[in-house]
Amino acid sequence: MPPRLDVTLVSTRRRALKLAGLAAFAAVLAPRMALATEAQVADEMKKLFAGKTMGEGKIKLDMPEIAENGLVVPINIDVESPMTETDFVKSVHVFADGNPLPQVVTYHFTPESGKASASTRMRLAQTQNVIAVAEMSNGQLYSAKVQVKVTIGGCGG
Amino acid sequence: MISRRDFLSAGTALAGLLAASGTGLAQAVGAQALSQADLLKFGNAGTFTILHITDIHAQLVPLYFREPSINLGVGEARGVPPHLTDAAFLKYFGLKGGTRDAYSLTSEDFTQLAHTYGRMGGVDRIATLVKAIRAERGADKVLLLDGGDGLQGSWSSLKTQGEDMVKVFSALGTDAMVGHWEFTYGADRVTEIKEKAPFAFLAQNVRSAEWQEPVFDAAKTFEKGGAKVAVIGQAFPRTPISNPRWMIPDWEFGIREEDMQKQVDAARAGGADAVVVLSHNGFDVDRKMASRVSGIDVILTAHTHDAMPRAVEVGKTLLVATGSHGKFVSRLDLDVKDKKVTGYRFQLIPVFSDVITPDAEMAKLVTDIRAPYAKNLSRELGRADSLLYRRGNFNGTFDDMICDAIMKERDAEIALSPGFRWGGTLLPGDPITFDAVANATAITYPACYRNTMTGKQLKDVLEDVADNIFNPDPYFQGGGDMVRVGGVGYAIDVSKGSGQRISDLTFLKTGKPLEADKAYTVAGWASIAQNVEGPPVWELVERYVTDTKAVKIAPNASVKVTGA
Repeated sequence: MPPRLDVTLVSTRRRALKLAGLAAFAAVLAPRMALATEAQVADEMKKLFAGKTMGEGKIKLDMPEIAENGLVVPINIDVESPMTETDFVKSVHVFADGNPLPQVVTYHFTPESGKASASTRMRLAQTQNVIAVAEMSNGQLYSAKVQVKVTIGGCGG
Repeated sequence: MISRRDFLSAGTALAGLLAASGTGLAQAVGAQALSQADLLKFGNAGTFTILHITDIHAQLVPLYFREPSINLGVGEARGVPPHLTDAAFLKYFGLKGGTRDAYSLTSEDFTQLAHTYGRMGGVDRIATLVKAIRAERGADKVLLLDGGDGLQGSWSSLKTQGEDMVKVFSALGTDAMVGHWEFTYGADRVTEIKEKAPFAFLAQNVRSAEWQEPVFDAAKTFEKGGAKVAVIGQAFPRTPISNPRWMIPDWEFGIREEDMQKQVDAARAGGADAVVVLSHNGFDVDRKMASRVSGIDVILTAHTHDAMPRAVEVGKTLLVATGSHGKFVSRLDLDVKDKKVTGYRFQLIPVFSDVITPDAEMAKLVTDIRAPYAKNLSRELGRADSLLYRRGNFNGTFDDMICDAIMKERDAEIALSPGFRWGGTLLPGDPITFDAVANATAITYPACYRNTMTGKQLKDVLEDVADNIFNPDPYFQGGGDMVRVGGVGYAIDVSKGSGQRISDLTFLKTGKPLEADKAYTVAGWASIAQNVEGPPVWELVERYVTDTKAVKIAPNASVKVTGA
């Protein structure tokens, strides 16, 4: 049986990275929308996790160092867990400090999920930090953070 | 018949003299002839031999190629090879000025030494060396590997979509290659080459976007000298960022370090005695990868065009840097004992075209390949009245000429020209042929656009490109040089962080600061966007050179560099 994945999209309002405009180097120089800041991400996390300590490890956040296409940047999340009735991953929250809203997506898991992993693509308009937090069934939290660079490119070689 | 030049080589006895005179005039002191046999001299042969060629950029015939005088390293790469030039480079490797080594490896006294030592490269000369080494060692002990950027960079390669070099690599008996500029012929053409060529096209780091399946074979194992040699391919990880992604829309790249480790482990588990990575990462990226992926015996580096007379050791991994444009062939002999690499000898063989007898079969192939274009290519458009070169972090005189051509022919206030590292050098007095123009411009997305940009936008562009070169983490570097800017001067502090390196942008026409909110007309080429409109850049350069007749480019003082 395939793992059941219960996904709640928190933000559906991420706007398209505007690729129009200058043909050459100016691809990402389109007018900017108001974006979340690192402080807002921290605030949002404080609200959700009420100051609980974050452990490291257990959660693996795999994203490219540099986005090849800012419109669809692959994100893979894997959390180490036996996924039994007494010890499983409840949810994984993803935050990005360059997103219009600090929280991007939350994945919910149950022991029946079999394993706690998820893959999707996200839109990144500019270089930013992406943070994933796993909430375990015993309330423990684990986080991982990566910076993804979004570049206008060209000129290589 | 090629006339044989008497080669001058400054031996140890001459070293003091040269240092004292400081002029680097090898001709002034005793002469010693260099022969093809000298170039082929090698220490004890190993269990097997790797021959590495790379970044030939489809240069079929010998050319001049001046190495950079500015090649700055940041972070851990600051002040270490390959980020040493000229006197510092010679000192590090214990070489003397005014010698053939100084000529082939640095920019010192370039024009003068070029007259002495002549052009370098030429695939017919490379064929001679490869055949001689195969004859000496036995073909069953020699592996010939190409590090990519072989199939692009000349008119014949553009017109045949790299088929000219596929023929050359086939005739050379190449065992495997990797890719970067090859991808600018589009996914269909690369797939065709992969399927039809008699050599392997390897890349562990390319995936189909939808299913994340490997597009190429990651590795191939060869039996050489009784040893099992696993060769793992690594395509240029930033291809879809540095070059048009729309030409390869369904492929994703990236460094994929963990997958590389898996490939190495799989090769070992499969019984490999030696693991070789044929890489197009660029030297700094490979140096970092060597420190993080275990079990690689050799990384054959490419992309950043560095040539080094010694292999660099990072832990138990050897890094080889073979230069570009066919100037060098690297020979690496490995000793294998008890399923392990136990020793090595390395020689960077300079391809001095005037002392190597061209291989007759390859020479005929080159003539045949170039025949349909020969008349067009030999057209003399004008003359170089000063040295025209490209390589260097911030500017090159060939690019200054291209920027001048763009501004004039497109009536623009500002010109942008990409920081490519390939393209030959012309000596003062050399004809500027269409061949030479094509050697610096022959790409599949040559349209020269004309547009407006504000001063702020231009600064953002420069910052973004600068971060691609001077980010202290090599995994964030793309490997090109700084975009060349015509009509605007600027200051750059390479030690600063992203977005903070560029200052003092000056509009050169008025000498006044570039205004952040003002729109300027900007023309440039090699845009990675789709459906860019404009004439191919070589047409503009051809018109400009034809009108100018004698092209004299003054040293460019409009970029002020600090923090190095």
